[in-house]
Amino acid sequence: MSTKWQQFKNSYFFHSFIHDKVAIVSFVVLVMLVVCSFSAPIIAPHDPYDTTTIDVLDAETPPIWMEGGNPNFLLGTDAQGRDILSTMLYGMRVSLLIGLGAVFLQAFLGVVIGLIAGYFGGKLDSLLMRLADVQLSFSTLMVAIFISAIFQAFFGINKYEELAVPFLIIVIGLAEWPQYARTVRASVLAEKKKEYVEAAKVIGFGSGRIMWKHILPNTLSPILVISTIQVANAIMSEAALSFLGLGMPVTKPSLGSLINSGFEYIFSGSWWITIFPGILLVILILVINLLGDWLRDVLNPKLYKG
Amino acid sequence: MDKLLEVKDLVVKFALRTGTLTALNGINFSLLPGERMGLVGESGAGKSVAGFSIINLISKPGFIAGGEVIFEGEDISKYNFEQMRSIRGNKISMIFQDPMMTLNPVLTIGTQMTETLLAHKQMSKEEATEIAIECLKKVYIPSPETRLKQYPHEFSGGMRQRIVIAISLLTTPKLIIADEPTTALDVTIQAEIMDLLLELCIKEKMGLILITHDLGVVSQTTQKIAVMYAGRIVEKGKTLDIITNPKHPYTQGLIKALPQTHKKGEKLYQIPGIMPNLNQIPSGCPFHPRCTFKKDICSQIEPSLKSVDKGEVACHLYA
Repeated sequence: MSTKWQQFKNSYFFHSFIHDKVAIVSFVVLVMLVVCSFSAPIIAPHDPYDTTTIDVLDAETPPIWMEGGNPNFLLGTDAQGRDILSTMLYGMRVSLLIGLGAVFLQAFLGVVIGLIAGYFGGKLDSLLMRLADVQLSFSTLMVAIFISAIFQAFFGINKYEELAVPFLIIVIGLAEWPQYARTVRASVLAEKKKEYVEAAKVIGFGSGRIMWKHILPNTLSPILVISTIQVANAIMSEAALSFLGLGMPVTKPSLGSLINSGFEYIFSGSWWITIFPGILLVILILVINLLGDWLRDVLNPKLYKG
Repeated sequence: MDKLLEVKDLVVKFALRTGTLTALNGINFSLLPGERMGLVGESGAGKSVAGFSIINLISKPGFIAGGEVIFEGEDISKYNFEQMRSIRGNKISMIFQDPMMTLNPVLTIGTQMTETLLAHKQMSKEEATEIAIECLKKVYIPSPETRLKQYPHEFSGGMRQRIVIAISLLTTPKLIIADEPTTALDVTIQAEIMDLLLELCIKEKMGLILITHDLGVVSQTTQKIAVMYAGRIVEKGKTLDIITNPKHPYTQGLIKALPQTHKKGEKLYQIPGIMPNLNQIPSGCPFHPRCTFKKDICSQIEPSLKSVDKGEVACHLYA
């Protein structure tokens, strides 16, 4: 185990990480955010899901440093009297969960389709890639609005509130797979012409083994890079959907639905309900994108910066 | 002795948009167990296509249009994909030109070696690792146990080609097809690799088909030679006979073109002209436009292989 760690410490990856201040700061912030959001039930001062602890009389309490602030509510409360800080922590957990889940689904679909299209080529390739083109020509929001309208019509609002998280994962996952499929296909096309693939055929390996064990590992770096960007994108898609009222219900808010719920009060002076979740969302997306940029520079030696 | 491999009237065509190209025009040769043969010719003569067609791995527009490839008594050119997979890498191995490219850059040598074994034989991972270590020892890789955990980029070019050879040895094949195995290596490493290959073929009693344009390499390694031109075999025979007494004008040209130490400072001989494009092969003998001995008949009738002395030649000069 110590040798693995030693190897990692000596690697170019680690070296370029500790010499990039932006990467370190982004990484630390991201880790902090992730840890805080997933330990929300422990560290959050209030439980926004527990309606018995919420008092409407506390509604729209301003942050603690403003006049009328309540030391119980560090960043104030929203229109229902929920503590903003706690709700944000819980909300970020939901956002991250949906973001990661959607990216796993996208990656799975995209990688499988991209590998098959790139490796077998021909008519199958044309068919799958045209499918991707069609999918890309609908915006994520359009697809999501369409599907969620159907879903809500069939199952009713109550059911929807229960299934909102898996539903959003599926919608965002289904809408964005072509990004992966195209990237993977392009790399597979380049890789499959290399002699090691031919050598693997000569050895007598089947197509599945060549695809998964030989070609896929060689296409991992572009997959990793777009994954970071796609996590940020998925979180933003979710926030946008929630903001439009099609995402997470107000009872289980994500960052997007929090921003939305505060938006009505922004002109009546209660700006904190929208602004704090907004800042958190911006920071979260920003650090993920900065880390993604750094990762792309490290994994693509052709992009060395001077 | 029963033949290990017999290629009979093998025809390979490529279906292109502009029409069908004939890359191999009915070639015949055979190999006894443990026998080593060289396939020689210029670029584009069809040597590599011949090698690949034996294991039925010609890339897409190409296909076997006729003939038989009889390996251990069975016509493997008619095998389906699954049957063929049990032959490839198991009974017939192949070594490629460029060892930088044939090893997967993201898998360790150990993974690539054991994977080959596990794909073909019923055995545990530990047994496979043991055989892999054995094979690395055979190709003189020092401290094979630690080497197994390394990636291809941690090896030099010559070592990589030795690892490729070790991989081809894993399943103790009956036949190795080596497609220009030393072209990407420098001369000293070339000699080292060829010596190794020769030694292993003799020790393990493996047949070898050496595809190359380097007559020097062939003369030191093989027992017989088939010279190819424009998808045909134009001369076959014992290596010694062909090197010392070539019959076909093309073979004579190839041998004259070899650099020789006692003729320092002289210009190297060149066969005039270039190999014809496969879609416009001249009528009659395909070599006649470049031939210095051509007669009228050469542009009209294509000569077939006939026994001359101890070998076989396709040339009207010996009719």
